[in-house]
Amino acid sequence: MAADQALRGLDNLELQPTEGARDPGRIARKAWTALWPKVLAVALILAVWEAVTLSGWKHLVLKGPGPVFSALWDEMLHGSPSLWGIIGVTLETAVVGYAAALVIGSVVGLLVARIPVLRAAVGSIITGLQTMPSIVWVPFGIILFGESESTILFVVILGAAPSIAAGLISGVDYTPPLLLRAGKTMGLRGFALYRYLILPASLPAYVAGMKQGWAFAWRSLMAGEIVVQIVGQFSIGQSISVDQQNLDFAGASAMLIVILVIGLVVDTIFTKADTSLRRRRGLLETAT
Amino acid sequence: MSVSNQQVTPPVISPGASALSPADSAGTATVGAGEAVRLTAVSKAYQTGRTELLAVDQVSFSVRDGEFVCIIGASGCGKSTLLNLIAGLDSPTAGQIDVGGRKVGLMFQEPALFPWLTAARNVELALQSRGVPRAARRAETADLLEAVRLSGFGSRRPHELSGGMRQRVAMARALGQNADVLLMDEPFGALDAMTRDLLHDELERICAERTLTVLFVTHNVREAARLGDRVILLSSRPGRVIEEYVLPRTGQRRIDSPEVSEVAARLTDRLREEMGRHGR
Repeated sequence: MAADQALRGLDNLELQPTEGARDPGRIARKAWTALWPKVLAVALILAVWEAVTLSGWKHLVLKGPGPVFSALWDEMLHGSPSLWGIIGVTLETAVVGYAAALVIGSVVGLLVARIPVLRAAVGSIITGLQTMPSIVWVPFGIILFGESESTILFVVILGAAPSIAAGLISGVDYTPPLLLRAGKTMGLRGFALYRYLILPASLPAYVAGMKQGWAFAWRSLMAGEIVVQIVGQFSIGQSISVDQQNLDFAGASAMLIVILVIGLVVDTIFTKADTSLRRRRGLLETAT
Repeated sequence: MSVSNQQVTPPVISPGASALSPADSAGTATVGAGEAVRLTAVSKAYQTGRTELLAVDQVSFSVRDGEFVCIIGASGCGKSTLLNLIAGLDSPTAGQIDVGGRKVGLMFQEPALFPWLTAARNVELALQSRGVPRAARRAETADLLEAVRLSGFGSRRPHELSGGMRQRVAMARALGQNADVLLMDEPFGALDAMTRDLLHDELERICAERTLTVLFVTHNVREAARLGDRVILLSSRPGRVIEEYVLPRTGQRRIDSPEVSEVAARLTDRLREEMGRHGR
Protein backbone atom coordinates (compact mmCIF):
# COMPACT_ATOMS: atom_id res chain seq x y z
CA MET A 1 0.00 0.00 0.00
CA ALA A 2 2.77 2.39 0.93
CA ALA A 3 4.59 1.56 -2.27
CA ASP A 4 1.45 2.26 -4.26
CA GLN A 5 1.05 5.68 -2.71
CA ALA A 6 4.73 6.46 -3.10
CA LEU A 7 4.54 5.52 -6.75
CA ARG A 8 1.60 7.86 -7.38
CA GLY A 9 3.43 10.62 -5.54
CA LEU A 10 6.54 10.07 -7.62
CA ASP A 11 4.48 10.17 -10.83
CA ASN A 12 3.04 13.52 -9.87
CA LEU A 13 6.45 14.87 -8.91
CA GLU A 14 8.04 13.79 -12.15
CA LEU A 15 5.42 15.20 -14.48
CA GLN A 16 5.86 18.68 -15.85
CA PRO A 17 3.36 21.07 -14.32
CA THR A 18 0.67 21.77 -16.91
CA GLU A 19 0.75 25.12 -18.64
CA GLY A 20 -1.25 27.88 -17.05
CA ALA A 21 -3.80 30.03 -18.85
CA ARG A 22 -2.48 31.66 -22.00
CA ASP A 23 -1.47 35.24 -21.44
CA PRO A 24 -2.75 37.26 -24.43
CA GLY A 25 -0.07 39.90 -23.88
CA ARG A 26 2.62 37.25 -24.18
CA ILE A 27 1.19 35.93 -27.45
CA ALA A 28 1.09 39.44 -28.89
CA ARG A 29 4.69 40.07 -27.84
CA LYS A 30 5.75 36.75 -29.38
CA ALA A 31 3.99 37.60 -32.64
CA TRP A 32 5.65 41.01 -32.71
CA THR A 33 9.09 39.48 -32.06
CA ALA A 34 8.57 37.14 -35.00
CA LEU A 35 7.10 39.83 -37.24
CA TRP A 36 9.26 42.95 -37.00
CA PRO A 37 12.41 41.52 -38.66
CA LYS A 38 10.30 40.43 -41.63
CA VAL A 39 8.59 43.82 -41.89
CA LEU A 40 11.97 45.53 -41.70
CA ALA A 41 13.42 43.27 -44.41
CA VAL A 42 10.51 43.96 -46.77
CA ALA A 43 10.77 47.70 -46.08
CA LEU A 44 14.52 47.62 -46.88
CA ILE A 45 13.93 45.78 -50.15
CA LEU A 46 11.25 48.28 -51.17
CA ALA A 47 13.54 51.18 -50.24
CA VAL A 48 16.43 49.82 -52.32
CA TRP A 49 14.06 49.15 -55.20
CA GLU A 50 12.68 52.68 -55.04
CA ALA A 51 16.22 54.10 -54.83
CA VAL A 52 17.29 52.17 -57.94
CA THR A 53 14.23 53.43 -59.80
CA LEU A 54 14.92 57.03 -58.75
CA SER A 55 18.52 56.72 -59.93
CA GLY A 56 17.15 56.45 -63.46
CA TRP A 57 18.78 53.10 -64.28
CA LYS A 58 16.88 51.43 -67.16
CA HIS A 59 14.32 54.18 -66.75
CA LEU A 60 12.48 53.18 -69.92
CA VAL A 61 11.28 49.84 -68.49
CA LEU A 62 12.00 49.78 -64.76
CA LYS A 63 9.10 50.73 -62.53
CA GLY A 64 9.17 51.40 -58.78
CA PRO A 65 7.16 49.64 -56.08
CA GLY A 66 4.32 52.14 -56.44
CA PRO A 67 3.39 51.37 -60.07
CA VAL A 68 3.97 47.64 -59.50
CA PHE A 69 1.58 47.44 -56.58
CA SER A 70 -1.00 49.54 -58.35
CA ALA A 71 -0.69 47.19 -61.35
CA LEU A 72 -1.24 44.30 -58.96
CA TRP A 73 -4.25 46.10 -57.49
CA ASP A 74 -5.67 46.75 -60.96
CA GLU A 75 -5.25 43.10 -61.94
CA MET A 76 -7.03 42.02 -58.76
CA LEU A 77 -10.00 44.34 -59.25
CA HIS A 78 -10.57 44.47 -63.00
CA GLY A 79 -7.97 42.46 -64.85
CA SER A 80 -9.05 40.72 -68.02
CA PRO A 81 -8.85 37.82 -67.59
CA SER A 82 -9.08 38.45 -63.86
CA LEU A 83 -6.13 37.74 -61.59
CA TRP A 84 -8.25 35.32 -59.59
CA GLY A 85 -9.06 33.36 -62.71
CA ILE A 86 -5.35 33.22 -63.61
CA ILE A 87 -4.44 32.05 -60.10
CA GLY A 88 -7.30 29.51 -60.30
CA VAL A 89 -5.97 27.99 -63.53
CA THR A 90 -2.45 27.69 -62.13
CA LEU A 91 -3.52 26.32 -58.76
CA GLU A 92 -5.75 23.76 -60.41
CA THR A 93 -2.79 22.45 -62.41
CA ALA A 94 -0.67 22.58 -59.25
CA VAL A 95 -3.18 20.58 -57.22
CA VAL A 96 -3.81 17.97 -59.92
CA GLY A 97 -0.09 17.58 -60.68
CA TYR A 98 0.94 17.46 -57.05
CA ALA A 99 -1.78 14.95 -56.20
CA ALA A 100 -0.63 12.70 -59.04
CA ALA A 101 2.98 13.12 -57.92
CA LEU A 102 1.93 12.23 -54.38
CA VAL A 103 0.28 9.01 -55.51
CA ILE A 104 3.08 8.01 -57.90
CA GLY A 105 5.86 9.04 -55.49
CA SER A 106 4.25 7.18 -52.58
CA VAL A 107 3.63 3.98 -54.51
CA VAL A 108 7.11 3.97 -56.05
CA GLY A 109 8.69 4.90 -52.71
CA LEU A 110 6.91 2.12 -50.87
CA LEU A 111 7.74 -0.48 -53.51
CA VAL A 112 11.39 0.56 -53.63
CA ALA A 113 11.63 0.54 -49.84
CA ARG A 114 10.10 -2.93 -49.63
CA ILE A 115 11.68 -4.75 -52.55
CA PRO A 116 15.49 -4.98 -52.46
CA VAL A 117 15.82 -5.76 -56.17
CA LEU A 118 13.82 -2.69 -57.05
CA ARG A 119 15.95 -0.60 -54.73
CA ALA A 120 19.14 -1.84 -56.33
CA ALA A 121 17.63 -1.06 -59.73
CA VAL A 122 16.06 2.38 -59.26
CA GLY A 123 17.19 3.63 -55.84
CA SER A 124 19.97 5.78 -57.25
CA ILE A 125 17.86 6.85 -60.22
CA ILE A 126 15.40 8.47 -57.79
CA THR A 127 18.24 10.44 -56.22
CA GLY A 128 19.45 11.37 -59.69
CA LEU A 129 16.01 12.57 -60.76
CA GLN A 130 15.87 14.88 -57.75
CA THR A 131 18.89 16.76 -59.00
CA MET A 132 17.50 17.20 -62.54
CA PRO A 133 16.53 20.83 -63.28
CA SER A 134 12.83 20.64 -64.12
CA ILE A 135 13.12 22.84 -67.21
CA VAL A 136 14.93 20.03 -69.07
CA TRP A 137 11.72 17.98 -69.01
CA VAL A 138 9.78 20.64 -70.88
CA PRO A 139 11.11 19.79 -74.37
CA PHE A 140 10.45 16.09 -73.69
CA GLY A 141 6.93 16.89 -72.60
CA ILE A 142 6.28 18.96 -75.72
CA ILE A 143 7.63 16.17 -77.95
CA LEU A 144 5.41 13.63 -76.19
CA PHE A 145 2.25 15.59 -75.50
CA GLY A 146 2.48 18.75 -77.58
CA GLU A 147 1.76 22.19 -76.13
CA SER A 148 -0.94 21.00 -73.76
CA GLU A 149 -1.80 20.79 -70.10
CA SER A 150 -0.50 17.21 -70.13
CA THR A 151 2.99 18.55 -70.79
CA ILE A 152 2.80 20.83 -67.77
CA LEU A 153 1.49 18.02 -65.58
CA PHE A 154 4.27 15.76 -66.88
CA VAL A 155 6.88 18.30 -65.80
CA VAL A 156 5.25 18.87 -62.41
CA ILE A 157 5.01 15.16 -61.66
CA LEU A 158 8.61 14.48 -62.67
CA GLY A 159 9.66 17.41 -60.51
CA ALA A 160 7.79 16.43 -57.36
CA ALA A 161 7.48 12.63 -57.32
CA PRO A 162 11.19 11.78 -56.80
CA SER A 163 11.37 13.91 -53.63
CA ILE A 164 8.20 12.38 -52.25
CA ALA A 165 9.45 8.86 -53.00
CA ALA A 166 12.87 9.62 -51.49
CA GLY A 167 11.25 11.01 -48.33
CA LEU A 168 9.15 7.90 -47.86
CA ILE A 169 12.09 5.58 -48.53
CA SER A 170 14.28 7.30 -45.97
CA GLY A 171 11.41 7.24 -43.47
CA VAL A 172 10.99 3.48 -43.89
CA ASP A 173 14.76 2.96 -43.72
CA TYR A 174 15.10 4.90 -40.50
CA THR A 175 12.31 3.18 -38.59
CA PRO A 176 14.02 2.57 -35.24
CA PRO A 177 15.05 -1.12 -35.02
CA LEU A 178 13.94 -1.25 -31.39
CA LEU A 179 10.40 -0.28 -32.37
CA LEU A 180 10.47 -2.95 -35.07
CA ARG A 181 11.48 -5.50 -32.45
CA ALA A 182 8.70 -4.31 -30.16
CA GLY A 183 6.19 -4.46 -32.99
CA LYS A 184 7.19 -7.97 -33.97
CA THR A 185 6.98 -9.12 -30.36
CA MET A 186 3.45 -7.76 -30.33
CA GLY A 187 2.65 -9.86 -33.34
CA LEU A 188 2.54 -7.13 -35.97
CA ARG A 189 3.26 -8.75 -39.32
CA GLY A 190 2.97 -7.91 -43.01
CA PHE A 191 0.38 -5.26 -43.75
CA ALA A 192 -0.32 -4.52 -40.07
CA LEU A 193 3.38 -3.91 -39.47
CA TYR A 194 3.30 -1.21 -42.17
CA ARG A 195 -0.06 0.20 -41.21
CA TYR A 196 0.62 0.54 -37.48
CA LEU A 197 4.37 0.84 -37.22
CA ILE A 198 6.51 1.53 -40.29
CA LEU A 199 4.29 4.12 -41.99
CA PRO A 200 3.55 6.17 -38.87
CA ALA A 201 7.24 6.01 -37.97
CA SER A 202 8.11 7.25 -41.47
CA LEU A 203 5.68 10.15 -41.37
CA PRO A 204 8.12 12.95 -40.43
CA ALA A 205 10.52 12.05 -43.26
CA TYR A 206 7.57 11.57 -45.61
CA VAL A 207 6.21 15.03 -44.79
CA ALA A 208 9.69 16.51 -45.30
CA GLY A 209 9.75 14.81 -48.71
CA MET A 210 6.28 16.16 -49.50
CA LYS A 211 7.40 19.65 -48.58
CA GLN A 212 10.44 19.44 -50.82
CA GLY A 213 8.27 17.86 -53.50
CA TRP A 214 5.94 20.85 -53.36
CA ALA A 215 8.85 23.26 -53.81
CA PHE A 216 9.96 21.31 -56.89
CA ALA A 217 6.39 21.05 -58.20
CA TRP A 218 5.90 24.79 -57.94
CA ARG A 219 9.15 25.54 -59.79
CA SER A 220 8.38 22.96 -62.46
CA LEU A 221 4.90 24.37 -62.87
CA MET A 222 6.21 27.88 -63.46
CA ALA A 223 8.82 26.62 -65.92
CA GLY A 224 6.16 24.65 -67.77
CA GLU A 225 3.63 27.50 -67.87
CA ILE A 226 6.12 30.06 -69.13
CA VAL A 227 7.29 27.86 -71.98
CA VAL A 228 4.13 25.96 -72.91
CA GLN A 229 1.45 28.19 -74.43
CA ILE A 230 -2.03 26.78 -74.14
CA VAL A 231 -4.67 28.62 -76.14
CA GLY A 232 -7.66 29.75 -74.13
CA GLN A 233 -6.10 28.99 -70.73
CA PHE A 234 -4.52 31.96 -69.10
CA SER A 235 -2.18 30.94 -66.26
CA ILE A 236 0.35 32.81 -64.11
CA GLY A 237 3.28 31.62 -66.20
CA GLN A 238 1.57 32.51 -69.45
CA SER A 239 0.67 35.91 -68.09
CA ILE A 240 4.36 36.61 -67.31
CA SER A 241 5.20 35.42 -70.78
CA VAL A 242 2.82 37.98 -72.25
CA ASP A 243 4.22 40.70 -69.97
CA GLN A 244 7.67 39.79 -71.27
CA GLN A 245 6.56 40.27 -74.86
CA ASN A 246 5.03 43.66 -73.96
CA LEU A 247 8.07 44.67 -71.89
CA ASP A 248 5.56 45.26 -69.08
CA PHE A 249 7.80 45.39 -66.02
CA ALA A 250 5.00 46.29 -63.63
CA GLY A 251 2.77 43.43 -64.81
CA ALA A 252 5.58 40.86 -64.65
CA SER A 253 6.60 42.06 -61.18
CA ALA A 254 3.02 41.85 -59.98
CA MET A 255 2.95 38.20 -61.11
CA LEU A 256 6.28 37.53 -59.39
CA ILE A 257 4.79 38.79 -56.16
CA VAL A 258 1.80 36.48 -56.64
CA ILE A 259 4.13 33.50 -57.25
CA LEU A 260 6.19 34.34 -54.18
CA VAL A 261 3.14 34.72 -51.95
CA ILE A 262 1.54 31.43 -53.07
CA GLY A 263 4.86 29.61 -52.60
CA LEU A 264 5.27 31.06 -49.13
CA VAL A 265 1.71 30.29 -48.05
CA VAL A 266 1.95 26.63 -49.08
CA ASP A 267 5.40 26.31 -47.53
CA THR A 268 4.03 27.71 -44.28
CA ILE A 269 1.27 25.10 -44.30
CA PHE A 270 3.84 22.31 -44.68
CA THR A 271 6.06 23.80 -41.99
CA LYS A 272 3.10 24.01 -39.61
CA ALA A 273 2.18 20.38 -40.31
CA ASP A 274 5.78 19.32 -39.75
CA THR A 275 6.06 21.27 -36.51
CA SER A 276 2.87 19.91 -35.00
CA LEU A 277 3.89 16.39 -36.03
CA ARG A 278 7.21 16.78 -34.25
CA ARG A 279 5.66 18.38 -31.21
CA ARG A 280 3.23 15.50 -30.78
CA ARG A 281 6.12 13.05 -30.86
CA GLY A 282 8.20 15.02 -28.39
CA LEU A 283 10.81 15.87 -31.00
CA LEU A 284 10.60 19.60 -30.31
CA GLU A 285 11.59 21.64 -27.32
CA THR A 286 8.30 22.64 -25.74
CA ALA A 287 9.81 25.59 -23.88
CA THR A 288 9.99 28.78 -25.88
CA MET B 1 31.77 -17.39 1.51
CA SER B 2 31.93 -19.34 4.75
CA VAL B 3 29.78 -22.32 5.50
CA SER B 4 28.56 -20.92 8.80
CA ASN B 5 27.04 -17.96 7.05
CA GLN B 6 24.90 -20.23 4.99
CA GLN B 7 23.59 -21.94 8.10
CA VAL B 8 22.72 -18.76 9.97
CA THR B 9 20.92 -16.70 7.34
CA PRO B 10 17.30 -17.72 6.86
CA PRO B 11 16.99 -17.62 3.04
CA VAL B 12 18.86 -20.73 2.09
CA ILE B 13 20.86 -20.43 -1.04
CA SER B 14 21.31 -23.77 -2.62
CA PRO B 15 23.68 -23.57 -5.53
CA GLY B 16 22.89 -26.04 -8.22
CA ALA B 17 20.08 -27.50 -6.19
CA SER B 18 17.47 -27.81 -8.90
CA ALA B 19 16.90 -28.25 -12.56
CA LEU B 20 20.39 -27.63 -13.87
CA SER B 21 20.16 -30.63 -16.12
CA PRO B 22 17.13 -31.38 -18.20
CA ALA B 23 17.35 -35.00 -17.07
CA ASP B 24 14.99 -34.52 -14.14
CA SER B 25 11.98 -34.25 -16.42
CA ALA B 26 12.25 -37.64 -18.05
CA GLY B 27 15.05 -36.35 -20.26
CA THR B 28 12.77 -34.83 -22.87
CA ALA B 29 13.16 -31.51 -24.65
CA THR B 30 9.54 -30.54 -24.13
CA VAL B 31 8.02 -28.87 -21.09
CA GLY B 32 6.76 -31.24 -18.43
CA ALA B 33 3.80 -30.74 -16.10
CA GLY B 34 4.06 -27.47 -14.20
CA GLU B 35 6.81 -26.22 -16.47
CA ALA B 36 6.53 -23.12 -18.63
CA VAL B 37 9.86 -22.94 -20.40
CA ARG B 38 12.44 -25.60 -21.10
CA LEU B 39 15.77 -25.07 -22.78
CA THR B 40 17.75 -28.14 -23.77
CA ALA B 41 21.39 -27.72 -24.73
CA VAL B 42 20.66 -24.45 -26.54
CA SER B 43 23.57 -22.92 -28.43
CA LYS B 44 23.68 -19.83 -30.59
CA ALA B 45 26.61 -18.81 -32.76
CA TYR B 46 26.90 -15.62 -34.76
CA GLN B 47 28.98 -15.16 -37.84
CA THR B 48 31.03 -12.00 -37.42
CA GLY B 49 33.17 -11.58 -40.46
CA ARG B 50 35.38 -14.62 -40.77
CA THR B 51 35.16 -15.72 -37.15
CA GLU B 52 32.25 -17.41 -35.49
CA LEU B 53 31.19 -16.02 -32.15
CA LEU B 54 29.58 -18.47 -29.78
CA ALA B 55 27.17 -16.33 -27.77
CA VAL B 56 25.31 -19.07 -25.91
CA ASP B 57 26.79 -22.51 -25.31
CA GLN B 58 24.79 -25.60 -24.33
CA VAL B 59 22.43 -23.78 -22.02
CA SER B 60 19.85 -25.95 -20.33
CA PHE B 61 17.34 -24.94 -17.72
CA SER B 62 13.65 -24.93 -17.13
CA VAL B 63 11.24 -22.50 -15.54
CA ARG B 64 8.20 -23.62 -13.59
CA ASP B 65 4.79 -22.10 -14.17
CA GLY B 66 4.50 -18.96 -12.10
CA GLU B 67 8.16 -18.92 -11.21
CA PHE B 68 10.26 -15.74 -11.22
CA VAL B 69 13.69 -16.57 -12.54
CA CYS B 70 16.47 -14.03 -12.77
CA ILE B 71 19.31 -14.52 -15.19
CA ILE B 72 22.46 -12.74 -14.24
CA GLY B 73 25.87 -12.55 -15.80
CA ALA B 74 28.63 -10.16 -16.76
CA SER B 75 28.91 -8.63 -20.22
CA GLY B 76 29.03 -11.11 -23.05
CA CYS B 77 27.05 -13.82 -21.33
CA GLY B 78 24.44 -13.86 -24.09
CA LYS B 79 21.54 -12.80 -21.84
CA SER B 80 19.76 -10.82 -24.49
CA THR B 81 20.45 -13.48 -27.11
CA LEU B 82 18.83 -16.02 -24.84
CA LEU B 83 15.67 -13.94 -24.45
CA ASN B 84 15.46 -13.32 -28.20
CA LEU B 85 15.67 -17.06 -28.73
CA ILE B 86 12.95 -17.80 -26.22
CA ALA B 87 10.76 -15.04 -27.69
CA GLY B 88 11.17 -16.67 -31.08
CA LEU B 89 12.72 -13.55 -32.65
CA ASP B 90 15.76 -15.66 -33.48
CA SER B 91 16.40 -19.37 -33.78
CA PRO B 92 19.10 -21.38 -31.99
CA THR B 93 22.06 -22.91 -33.80
CA ALA B 94 21.60 -26.09 -31.79
CA GLY B 95 19.37 -27.41 -29.04
CA GLN B 96 15.67 -27.09 -28.33
CA ILE B 97 13.49 -24.45 -26.75
CA ASP B 98 9.98 -25.36 -25.70
CA VAL B 99 7.37 -23.08 -24.17
CA GLY B 100 4.52 -25.55 -24.54
CA GLY B 101 2.59 -23.23 -26.85
CA ARG B 102 2.54 -20.45 -24.26
CA LYS B 103 2.41 -16.84 -25.34
CA VAL B 104 5.66 -15.03 -24.73
CA GLY B 105 5.91 -11.28 -24.15
CA LEU B 106 9.13 -9.31 -24.27
CA MET B 107 10.13 -6.11 -22.52
CA PHE B 108 13.33 -4.16 -23.13
CA GLN B 109 15.50 -1.74 -21.22
CA GLU B 110 13.99 1.06 -23.31
CA PRO B 111 10.20 1.29 -23.21
CA ALA B 112 10.12 1.19 -27.06
CA LEU B 113 6.68 2.84 -27.07
CA PHE B 114 5.37 4.24 -30.34
CA PRO B 115 5.84 8.00 -29.94
CA TRP B 116 2.94 8.89 -32.25
CA LEU B 117 0.40 7.09 -30.07
CA THR B 118 -0.94 7.98 -26.65
CA ALA B 119 -0.13 5.68 -23.74
CA ALA B 120 -3.58 4.11 -24.01
CA ARG B 121 -3.29 3.57 -27.77
CA ASN B 122 0.11 1.97 -27.28
CA VAL B 123 -1.45 -0.56 -24.93
CA GLU B 124 -4.51 -0.97 -27.12
CA LEU B 125 -2.39 -1.80 -30.16
CA ALA B 126 -1.16 -4.93 -28.39
CA LEU B 127 -4.79 -5.98 -27.89
CA GLN B 128 -5.66 -5.07 -31.45
CA SER B 129 -2.82 -7.09 -32.94
CA ARG B 130 -4.03 -10.20 -31.15
CA GLY B 131 -7.53 -9.62 -32.47
CA VAL B 132 -9.47 -8.32 -29.48
CA PRO B 133 -12.69 -6.76 -30.84
CA ARG B 134 -12.91 -2.98 -30.72
CA ALA B 135 -15.66 -2.88 -28.10
CA ALA B 136 -13.69 -4.97 -25.61
CA ARG B 137 -10.43 -3.16 -26.20
CA ARG B 138 -11.26 0.08 -24.44
CA ALA B 139 -12.26 -1.58 -21.18
CA GLU B 140 -9.31 -3.94 -21.24
CA THR B 141 -6.92 -1.07 -21.94
CA ALA B 142 -8.29 0.77 -18.93
CA ASP B 143 -7.80 -2.36 -16.81
CA LEU B 144 -4.22 -2.75 -17.94
CA LEU B 145 -3.41 0.90 -17.24
CA GLU B 146 -4.96 0.50 -13.80
CA ALA B 147 -2.82 -2.61 -13.24
CA VAL B 148 0.30 -0.50 -13.67
CA ARG B 149 -1.24 2.37 -11.70
CA LEU B 150 -1.49 4.70 -14.66
CA SER B 151 -5.22 5.35 -14.81
CA GLY B 152 -5.71 8.95 -15.80
CA PHE B 153 -2.51 9.09 -17.84
CA GLY B 154 -3.84 7.18 -20.85
CA SER B 155 -4.25 10.27 -22.99
CA ARG B 156 -0.63 11.35 -22.51
CA ARG B 157 1.96 10.71 -25.13
CA PRO B 158 5.14 8.83 -24.21
CA HIS B 159 7.32 11.95 -24.20
CA GLU B 160 5.00 13.54 -21.65
CA LEU B 161 5.62 10.74 -19.15
CA SER B 162 8.59 10.04 -16.90
CA GLY B 163 10.97 7.16 -17.59
CA GLY B 164 9.40 4.99 -14.93
CA MET B 165 5.90 5.69 -16.22
CA ARG B 166 6.91 4.86 -19.77
CA GLN B 167 8.34 1.57 -18.59
CA ARG B 168 5.04 0.83 -16.87
CA VAL B 169 3.14 1.57 -20.08
CA ALA B 170 5.51 -0.89 -21.77
CA MET B 171 4.65 -3.38 -19.05
CA ALA B 172 0.93 -2.86 -19.60
CA ARG B 173 1.52 -3.37 -23.31
CA ALA B 174 3.43 -6.60 -22.64
CA LEU B 175 0.60 -7.78 -20.39
CA GLY B 176 -1.82 -6.82 -23.14
CA GLN B 177 -0.19 -9.39 -25.37
CA ASN B 178 -1.80 -11.86 -22.99
CA ALA B 179 1.57 -13.43 -22.38
CA ASP B 180 1.87 -16.31 -19.96
CA VAL B 181 5.61 -15.89 -19.94
CA LEU B 182 7.09 -12.43 -19.60
CA LEU B 183 10.68 -12.03 -20.74
CA MET B 184 12.27 -8.89 -19.33
CA ASP B 185 15.59 -7.65 -20.66
CA GLU B 186 17.02 -5.35 -17.97
CA PRO B 187 13.69 -3.53 -17.85
CA PHE B 188 14.64 -1.20 -15.01
CA GLY B 189 18.27 -0.72 -16.00
CA ALA B 190 17.81 2.86 -17.15
CA LEU B 191 15.78 4.02 -14.14
CA ASP B 192 16.92 5.72 -10.96
CA ALA B 193 17.24 3.62 -7.82
CA MET B 194 14.12 5.00 -6.10
CA THR B 195 11.86 4.42 -9.08
CA ARG B 196 13.38 0.99 -9.61
CA ASP B 197 12.68 0.04 -5.99
CA LEU B 198 9.02 1.01 -6.33
CA LEU B 199 8.70 -0.82 -9.61
CA HIS B 200 10.08 -3.99 -7.99
CA ASP B 201 7.11 -3.90 -5.62
CA GLU B 202 4.73 -3.25 -8.51
CA LEU B 203 6.15 -6.05 -10.62
CA GLU B 204 5.89 -8.46 -7.71
CA ARG B 205 2.25 -7.51 -7.15
CA ILE B 206 1.35 -7.78 -10.83
CA CYS B 207 3.02 -11.18 -11.11
CA ALA B 208 1.10 -12.42 -8.09
CA GLU B 209 -2.21 -11.09 -9.42
CA ARG B 210 -1.77 -12.64 -12.84
CA THR B 211 0.31 -15.73 -12.03
CA LEU B 212 2.91 -14.76 -14.57
CA THR B 213 6.03 -16.71 -15.30
CA VAL B 214 8.90 -14.28 -15.53
CA LEU B 215 12.37 -14.61 -16.93
CA PHE B 216 14.18 -11.48 -15.86
CA VAL B 217 17.61 -10.60 -17.20
CA THR B 218 19.66 -8.15 -15.20
CA HIS B 219 23.24 -7.32 -14.31
CA ASN B 220 22.21 -5.89 -11.00
CA VAL B 221 22.83 -8.57 -8.36
CA ARG B 222 20.66 -6.84 -5.77
CA GLU B 223 17.79 -6.74 -8.18
CA ALA B 224 18.18 -10.46 -8.85
CA ALA B 225 18.34 -11.22 -5.13
CA ARG B 226 15.34 -8.99 -4.47
CA LEU B 227 13.06 -10.46 -7.14
CA GLY B 228 14.04 -14.00 -8.02
CA ASP B 229 12.60 -17.27 -6.84
CA ARG B 230 15.69 -18.60 -8.50
CA VAL B 231 18.79 -16.95 -9.89
CA ILE B 232 20.68 -18.47 -12.79
CA LEU B 233 24.26 -17.35 -13.17
CA LEU B 234 25.75 -17.35 -16.64
CA SER B 235 29.41 -17.38 -17.57
CA SER B 236 30.71 -14.98 -20.19
CA ARG B 237 31.88 -15.66 -23.72
CA PRO B 238 30.34 -18.10 -24.30
CA GLY B 239 27.29 -17.97 -22.04
CA ARG B 240 26.91 -21.14 -20.03
CA VAL B 241 24.93 -21.86 -16.90
CA ILE B 242 27.51 -21.99 -14.15
CA GLU B 243 25.35 -21.95 -11.09
CA GLU B 244 21.78 -21.77 -9.85
CA TYR B 245 20.54 -20.40 -6.57
CA VAL B 246 17.13 -21.17 -5.17
CA LEU B 247 15.91 -18.33 -3.00
CA PRO B 248 12.95 -19.44 -0.89
CA ARG B 249 10.33 -16.77 -0.44
CA THR B 250 10.10 -16.07 3.28
CA GLY B 251 7.82 -13.08 3.60
CA GLN B 252 8.35 -9.64 2.13
CA ARG B 253 11.79 -8.97 0.68
CA ARG B 254 13.18 -5.48 0.40
CA ILE B 255 16.08 -4.20 -1.61
CA ASP B 256 17.84 -3.21 1.63
CA SER B 257 16.96 -6.20 3.77
CA PRO B 258 19.90 -8.22 5.16
CA GLU B 259 18.98 -11.46 3.42
CA VAL B 260 18.91 -9.70 0.04
CA SER B 261 22.30 -8.12 0.78
CA GLU B 262 23.63 -11.48 1.82
CA VAL B 263 22.54 -13.17 -1.42
CA ALA B 264 23.72 -10.20 -3.47
CA ALA B 265 27.17 -10.46 -1.88
CA ARG B 266 27.42 -14.11 -2.82
CA LEU B 267 26.33 -13.45 -6.36
CA THR B 268 28.82 -10.62 -6.66
CA ASP B 269 31.65 -12.86 -5.42
CA ARG B 270 30.79 -15.57 -7.88
CA LEU B 271 30.46 -13.06 -10.74
CA ARG B 272 33.83 -11.50 -9.90
CA GLU B 273 35.39 -14.91 -9.94
CA GLU B 274 33.90 -15.45 -13.40
CA MET B 275 35.06 -12.04 -14.65
CA GLY B 276 38.52 -12.69 -13.20
CA ARG B 277 38.79 -15.76 -15.39
CA HIS B 278 38.81 -13.44 -18.41
CA GLY B 279 41.38 -11.09 -16.81
CA ARG B 280 44.13 -13.65 -16.73
